[in-house]
Amino acid sequence: MESKRASFEGALEALGVTVSSTAESELEAAVTEAVTEPAVGIALDETVGDEAFSLTETPVTVDPTPVALREATTGVTGAELGIGDYGSLVLSMTEAASELVSLFVERHVAILHEEDIQPDMDAAVAELDERFNETGGSAIIATGPSATADMGALVKGAHGPREVHVIVVEESV
Amino acid sequence: MATADEIRELMRTEGAAVAENTQGFNAGRYDSVADLKDYEELKQAARSIKEDAIEELPDLLDQLTDTVEANGGTVYIADDAADANDYIRNVVDERAADRVVKSKSMTSEEIEVNDALEADGVDVVETDLGEWVLQVADEAPSHIVAPAIHKSRESIAELFNERFDPEEPLETAEELTRFARKKLGEQIIDAEVGITGSNFITADTGTMALVTSEGNARKTVAATDTHVAVAGVEKVIPTVGDLHPFIELIGRSGTGQDITSYVSLLTPPVDTPVVDFTDDETPLSAFESDRDFHLVLIDNGRLEMRDDDHLRETLYCIRCSACSNSCANFQSVGGHAFGGETYSGGIATGWEAGIEGLDVAEEFNDLCTGCTRCVNACPVGIDIPWINTVVRDRINREKDTPGEWLVDGLTPDEEDDGAPLQKRFFGNFETVAKLGSATAPVSNWLAGTTLSRRAMDRILGIDPRRDLPTFERETLVDWAASRDSQVAEPERRAVLYPDLYTNHVQVERGKAAVKVLESLGVDVVVPPAPSSGRAPLSQGMIATATDHAERVTETLGPHIEDGRDVVVIEPSDHAMFTREYERLIDEAAFTDIAENSYEVFEYVYGLLDNGASIDSLSTVKGAEIAYHSHCQQRTLGLEAHTVAVLEDCGYDVVTSDVECCGMAGSFGYKSDYYELSMDVGDRLRAQLRDDGVQDRPVVASGTSCLEQIDALLERQPRHPIELLAT
Ligand code: SF4
Repeated sequence: MESKRASFEGALEALGVTVSSTAESELEAAVTEAVTEPAVGIALDETVGDEAFSLTETPVTVDPTPVALREATTGVTGAELGIGDYGSLVLSMTEAASELVSLFVERHVAILHEEDIQPDMDAAVAELDERFNETGGSAIIATGPSATADMGALVKGAHGPREVHVIVVEESV
Repeated sequence: MATADEIRELMRTEGAAVAENTQGFNAGRYDSVADLKDYEELKQAARSIKEDAIEELPDLLDQLTDTVEANGGTVYIADDAADANDYIRNVVDERAADRVVKSKSMTSEEIEVNDALEADGVDVVETDLGEWVLQVADEAPSHIVAPAIHKSRESIAELFNERFDPEEPLETAEELTRFARKKLGEQIIDAEVGITGSNFITADTGTMALVTSEGNARKTVAATDTHVAVAGVEKVIPTVGDLHPFIELIGRSGTGQDITSYVSLLTPPVDTPVVDFTDDETPLSAFESDRDFHLVLIDNGRLEMRDDDHLRETLYCIRCSACSNSCANFQSVGGHAFGGETYSGGIATGWEAGIEGLDVAEEFNDLCTGCTRCVNACPVGIDIPWINTVVRDRINREKDTPGEWLVDGLTPDEEDDGAPLQKRFFGNFETVAKLGSATAPVSNWLAGTTLSRRAMDRILGIDPRRDLPTFERETLVDWAASRDSQVAEPERRAVLYPDLYTNHVQVERGKAAVKVLESLGVDVVVPPAPSSGRAPLSQGMIATATDHAERVTETLGPHIEDGRDVVVIEPSDHAMFTREYERLIDEAAFTDIAENSYEVFEYVYGLLDNGASIDSLSTVKGAEIAYHSHCQQRTLGLEAHTVAVLEDCGYDVVTSDVECCGMAGSFGYKSDYYELSMDVGDRLRAQLRDDGVQDRPVVASGTSCLEQIDALLERQPRHPIELLAT
């Protein structure tokens, strides 16, 4: 059987979402490569507990002002889960405004831990069911870029990002 | 009711865009659900979650109210539109808001909250691009998911260029989208209140699911400090886990996307900080997430629908639009004709009857022909045609019936006095056919005269452009009675059901069926039998149809008991026996006839599969043929049997894949619908005239389809059973 990661990446490709992968130690280089400047982002080190996730060594402005957000091209956030059969990302909403950073930009770069890739929608919803019931909260199941067909043809990039890039952080051996 | 003129005008102005979009969605649905390995299980799960939720609705509403309040929000259950609007106006007023941004919500259209707020001087902005186009154009939605499908790119460009006068005229879809995004983006960040709908709300955590693609619903919530969610009370489901089948089904069933770009699972008030978008000093994380949340749940007739045994199923609807896209008539006219105040497509009859009343449902209910193509497409398995039939019956009963004397004797059942004249004529076609055969050929000759065609048009609304059926003097039953069975030692014994048309009009196909069955070793009888009740049922005359059903089962019952199988040539009658009768007669009688009835090719297939020899049939070597199956036959999964048998007999078969031929029983005969019927038929004509198909002889299973194809093509179609007879 196809591995979760292979099916996830296959689905992303079909959606027109680009993917790169990196070891944890190389994350900042991967982020630097993935962003188009000006870039803003959310620091993830507090949740992840690793210095690399603070994004300090990247061109990303962490925790930007609202004006900086509006002027940015790229927004960098974490993704809570990946969903193998759909190529979806589960974006959680934190008080650090990840919802704004992933939404009000042209290009969204999402950082996802390989072990957080779920095989399918069923498993992902079960996971969210548990989390919501324990600690409340919200999440967006985001699949590909924002899109509309309302103007007479399919157009990528409606109100939300028009490009999505996923950085898969590989499990350390 | 939309008149012939209105329908013609809509087809001219909006038909092309509607057809292209709905057919695209419909084709996408077939492809997308085919990839889902547990499609049927997911539909089953979705259905049972909705069934249980509506059953438990009062408790779930209590639980949800507690949960939302514990989360820090407010719940308001509004009795009707005015009540809901008063509440929302008050929220907007207290917030002293100048602008409200909205994401797409049918329920907010239902209550017309925009009008209510605008009357207070509030600027209401639709942020879904399709809704915004309609707001700018001041037009109504024509589709429940893609509200502006009736507008072409060219017409949107024209609208924007005229209204906004951009420096460079807008032209491509890309340019139009960019323009709208920019314009709306500025308005969103400047708004105080965001109104969203909600596709589902879970009672356990107060989480609402919003299924969108553009990202405007996310922005509507994230950029404002007051979130008002408007939803019908039927949107509550028990748990977050219950969302799973719906997430997998809703996009696939509707526009044929495996999943839409965003499924927001929000447990409001959400944590996203409320920021000042002009601030260049303060980091995002330093803003508070100080947000008010109001959940406005709307009854507006729904709790009464819940108590109504026939309308209740409507509340299971998740508004995916599959029933619109899979509907042949909808594909031609869209929701401006096939829709009421708010909702459109087949299920709109249930919504509008329950929310607005029968008079609104009556305006478009006739456009459902009962073809059943939406039934398997509906992710929650709603019997949409049945809801249309019940509502039609209720509308009939509310009506006065002028000129009853004209067709007296055509209403065997007092109870169906309610139906208007035209409906009673078609509903009691059995009487017409009997009379027709008894007096043929004089009846045929008379019916064809200009004078009587004009009278039929005027009094009965039968379009003079349609050929009328030609009645045969010798019926199939007469013919069968005058001959002896040709099978000495039968393998099986069957009763061939003499449906109305086979018996009186297309007698040759009946004879062919008898001969085919006999050559496969079946002893066949063709007793006189009442008509199935299909005709009155499709006119909404349920009492008459029930009377037919009872008489049919009384007639066929003894044969079944005697060990005979029931073989049916006409697919719409076979569908009555195996599907609709469940609604009309008691369970034991239904099971008896349903389990013992076979569509004629299904039966032949079974005989061949059980060892009967194909050599007893007329076979060919690779002769080319085109086959059009019947809508109700396809819904029952019985197209494949005909194709398989024809291929076994050596035919090279191509099949049509339109949802319906357009004739749909009496529909295409009606003066108001003749042109629509021909427009639907055009799609079939195009397929039958395609390269590689245009020279093939055509066979079709349904009587209506045969009549329609006869009108569409030079080639005269036949029933496929006639190919098999030696
Ligand atoms: S009735 Fe069924 S198919 Fe039609 S919109 Fe509702 S859920 Fe979809």
